[in-house]
Amino acid sequence: MSHPPSGDLPQDPRRERIDQFAAGQSESRRSAVRLGSKAGHDKRTETLARDYADPDGLRALAGAIKQHTLDHLDEYLERAEERLRAHGAVVHFATDAEQARAIVLDILQRREARKVVKAKSMATEEVELGPFLEGKGIECLETDLGEFIVQIDADHPSHIVKPIIHKNRREIARSFETHNLGAYDDTPEVITRRARVFLRRKYLEADAAITGANFISAESGRLVLVTNEGNSRFCLAATSCHVALVGIEKLVPRDRDLGVFLNLLARSATGQSLSVYTELLTGPRASSQPDGPEEMHVIFLDNGRSEILGGDCREILRCIRCGACLNVCPVYRQASGHAYRGVYSGPVGAVLTPLLAGGKPDAFLGFADLPRASSLCGACNEVCPVDIPIPDLLLRLRDRGKRAGASSPALAPPTMKRFAQLASRPWAWRRALATGRLLGLVPAPLRPRALRLWGQNHALPPWRGGAFRKWMAARAQPPKAEAGAKA
Amino acid sequence: MATCLADAFFDDVARATVEVLEHLGCEVAFPEDQTCCGQPAFNSGDWPAARRVGRHCLKVFARADPVVVPSGSCARMVGHGALLLFEGERDLPAVAALAGRTWELADYIVRGLGVARWPGRLAARLAFHRSCHSRGTQFGQSALALLRSIEGAEVVELGEAEQCCGFGGTFSVGFPHVSRAMGDLKIDRVLEAAPDALVSADSSCLMHMAGLAEKEKRPLRTMHLAQVLRDALRGKAHA
Repeated sequence: MSHPPSGDLPQDPRRERIDQFAAGQSESRRSAVRLGSKAGHDKRTETLARDYADPDGLRALAGAIKQHTLDHLDEYLERAEERLRAHGAVVHFATDAEQARAIVLDILQRREARKVVKAKSMATEEVELGPFLEGKGIECLETDLGEFIVQIDADHPSHIVKPIIHKNRREIARSFETHNLGAYDDTPEVITRRARVFLRRKYLEADAAITGANFISAESGRLVLVTNEGNSRFCLAATSCHVALVGIEKLVPRDRDLGVFLNLLARSATGQSLSVYTELLTGPRASSQPDGPEEMHVIFLDNGRSEILGGDCREILRCIRCGACLNVCPVYRQASGHAYRGVYSGPVGAVLTPLLAGGKPDAFLGFADLPRASSLCGACNEVCPVDIPIPDLLLRLRDRGKRAGASSPALAPPTMKRFAQLASRPWAWRRALATGRLLGLVPAPLRPRALRLWGQNHALPPWRGGAFRKWMAARAQPPKAEAGAKA
Repeated sequence: MATCLADAFFDDVARATVEVLEHLGCEVAFPEDQTCCGQPAFNSGDWPAARRVGRHCLKVFARADPVVVPSGSCARMVGHGALLLFEGERDLPAVAALAGRTWELADYIVRGLGVARWPGRLAARLAFHRSCHSRGTQFGQSALALLRSIEGAEVVELGEAEQCCGFGGTFSVGFPHVSRAMGDLKIDRVLEAAPDALVSADSSCLMHMAGLAEKEKRPLRTMHLAQVLRDALRGKAHA
């Protein structure tokens, strides 16, 4: 997995890496991310409330459909494969990133493809397909405007849906100037028109197109692509070979389920009722059709997903990559996507990145801090279109991290052990409460470490240890009634 | 269940809880051996330590029914977190049983006892912080219903109400920058609404925000919901 800039940050052992990254961001980047994600969340909430009497009911339904699909994934994969083949598509299975890259390379080399146009796809990001193909001498051009800007800047996407949420138009105009796409002009329309002129030429030159898929219906083998720029259609219009790299969790059982997911996806991602372009693809060009790719390959990507499916965080595989959890997440808003050191960021990234790395224990430990980057506020679960219990999954991964030996800056290892000893021995607890009265008199460096760190930003309330107990004891004890409420 | 925070810092919240419940005709017992629900260790990922504290909690409240706690956070730990924590453990049935008879204070008053209108009077402009542990529960609606029913009390809306205050227990220690930025944002929204007091059913959120505000010398007055209810019974004026 690629490491965005935060990987190089000097480390302060007293603070979490993501916190350090957040603190080190420029003010313009911080406000671009905060305002962009807030606007996305506000629009989502408004659209869902306007269009549905019970958005939560719809989210629960979508979650149940996805969970059902995951619980029977072997059957649905088999059915999808059979339907896709019947339509004339070639179906491949890739167990890991390396195999996925090799399959794509093999297809392209067989067709002697030198130039490839690519639509936005998280799966291709995950296996680092673009840089790999470039290394093999195949031009691989991103055609989604945001991804295109990320590519010419040699940057990393910082959001699942809005890859350049961290950039402002002045940065983009400067970058266009550097890459000979026109003299500095930061008018959004000018930037977009210049990219469009450049990309149109590239579509016509390309030999093959690479896309992901938002959904595949197992019932019909229909592959669904959703874009706002129509770039995936252009990718497929003039090329003779289409390669789709698709995570195995992208299946839905039936065509009619798409009604639920397309309605939720656009609203959750961008607050639109429907994305501008929704393509339903059923195989390569038929003999009766005038154009379209003559060859279609669908590569189902596992890359750790089967292992996740067998574990206690399997609900994360319901994810439809809408980015709503990023938009609402207060930590994402402060830290931005690059802080998460992976392709997936925000709450979903904090779960998915360590899990996808989890095949190799050391790699998991390298991301064990991600699940801690949450106040466990639960806003992510509240907006998730497939109702993933993200806070529960974060907690499970914290437990797994601790058991695997991950250390955390907030807690030197004995802290919770000492706390547990105290909190399971009533007499010790009461004594600590009583002696804690002296807390305010003890010189600051001798206080427990966590409290000292906390005190850097906060005034502590006065210590009142045991005061309530005294008050209770001093009152006339009520007789111990069977049905008495206990406070 | 008085909560460890009330035990150490917020004795008046625990006293107010007792007085409010007694006003409703409840007999309140305080099992002396209680300590903490185990959430600090649970959220920090030290589940063996959390189970140790959780088992103590189970023992202390083994015969208590109902258990009422003036904290949405502790109520969710007992009611939801503990079920995750004890998954696959032998004592899961006992944990589930305790979860089933544990109530957050406002929720107990409104849905448990069926009290829809709070008696008394309190002339105050109140902002309600819907703490995050109320998500997916009726806690927040119960608390708001009570506050709105108090004669003389005005409940003002907060901007970006869905945003967390940034406490998160040990999160605020490991992530001091992000936690403070979240808290400052929340305080901004509260001060914009200009209430007499910021009210929450969770002392932890209030401790975080009041602690930040005091350090930054910003005027923020906080009250626990139990204190508001008690003061209303006494007919206090806050304006």
